[in-house]
Amino acid sequence: MAELNELKYTAEHEWILIEGDIATVGITAYAAEKLGDIVFVELPKVGSTLAEGTVVGEIESTKSVGELFAPVNGTVVEANDAVSDSPELVNSDPFGAGWLVKVKFTELPEFLDLAAYTALTGE
Amino acid sequence: MTDAPDPRQSPLHDVHAAAGASFTDFAGWLMPVRYSSDLAEHHAVRTSAGIFDISHMAEIVVEGPDAAAYLDFALAGKLSAVAIGQAKYSLLLDTSGGIIDDLVVYRKGDDSFFVVANAGNRAPVAEALEHRAGEFDVTVVDQSDEISLIAVQGPRSREIVAATAGISGVELDSLKYYWSTSGTFNGLPLMVGRTGYTGEDGFELYIQADAAADLWAALTAAGEPFGLVPAGLASRDTLRLEAGMPLYGHELGLDTLPVQAGLGRVVNLKKDGDFVGRQASETGAPEGARVLVGLVSDGKRAGRAGYAVFDGDTEVGTITSGALSPTLGYPIAMAYVDPALNAPGTELAIDVRGSRVAASVVSLPFYKREA
Repeated sequence: MAELNELKYTAEHEWILIEGDIATVGITAYAAEKLGDIVFVELPKVGSTLAEGTVVGEIESTKSVGELFAPVNGTVVEANDAVSDSPELVNSDPFGAGWLVKVKFTELPEFLDLAAYTALTGE
Repeated sequence: MTDAPDPRQSPLHDVHAAAGASFTDFAGWLMPVRYSSDLAEHHAVRTSAGIFDISHMAEIVVEGPDAAAYLDFALAGKLSAVAIGQAKYSLLLDTSGGIIDDLVVYRKGDDSFFVVANAGNRAPVAEALEHRAGEFDVTVVDQSDEISLIAVQGPRSREIVAATAGISGVELDSLKYYWSTSGTFNGLPLMVGRTGYTGEDGFELYIQADAAADLWAALTAAGEPFGLVPAGLASRDTLRLEAGMPLYGHELGLDTLPVQAGLGRVVNLKKDGDFVGRQASETGAPEGARVLVGLVSDGKRAGRAGYAVFDGDTEVGTITSGALSPTLGYPIAMAYVDPALNAPGTELAIDVRGSRVAASVVSLPFYKREA
């Protein structure tokens, strides 16, 4: 698990870890807690092309449905099968074992840093 | 930012905050939605017990020589036939037969009844009950602000309430489902109903608001060895859904007739005299009026309130409540569908955010505890 201040964030409550040309994407602990117990995760398939800002997956709790937005333009190189089998990982370890997809990108949009994201959630 | 007024807080708010609750605005009240895990809270109620703060519910006291006759006129059921100590599920209808609220009414004495309404309907219920009092010799007093309500639900709930320090004078072993008993807690009046909204055995405890925190603490302490956990509104919703119990604003509303919601038995057309909604209820639902059914699906993707239901390419209904059932492990939903499609086994489909998920009609409830 990366340090929270090494991650980038979006206003859609996703975190992004940049390593070379690969972005690992998950949802923040704040988002996971707001959703409640996550019971179903649908992720984009490996090889699919993502357009920044579009809905590419779903994160469902008992109470509600959250959407996964593509934070970058790119190609999915890996989807976390572990969370498909055990969606509760997103609650128990949102910044670690609960990651969702890895995306190969060519350029990055502007993200929030930890301070800006924390200001956004007010927590 | 919204212009909505700040939500009200339960007398138990600080207790919940200290227990780590997340809160949600429900019917103008800031209530616990979960403490840690809504799934764990749900399972605790099915296997041991959970304690819920439902102090947002409204309580209205009806007293006077005409109380029974008045309620026979004001409500859909025959409250005059209810024994002292007994409780009855009833409906408050408007003149067109629509549902203003669903209620639980306890008979406390020959001339004394206790009406429990949904928080979100407190004002219209109080207004209708007041208005319908008319020439009857009754007093109708809204005591919602003075009374708190705590529910203990689950297979261990009887042992827990029985073991709670400070509670005396209540005989639980002989208390039947939908009956109540009155005793004391720390010397203060306490009413205990064997009622609930979870599909499990359970009790609802009515106490004056300024003693609610002490009662909560006593119940929690007594429940600890039995696995009692505090449970929020998220689990309350999945529990009642599994039990096939309607929720006002979802399955019930002003544009819903009781017969559509499967509540025709609650409207007593055989009782003497007129009652509000009688004429419309005798006329019945118009041809083709949709009816409430249960739907089950395979997989994990649940239909949610507002999702459309299809028979082939034809839209035939709408989901009113739905979730992946924590107890059963598959998606369940309640939906209003065309009446020709209400037979168990009928194969339909739910539009889940653009993709069709097959669903079968089943009879309610989805979950029934073993007797």
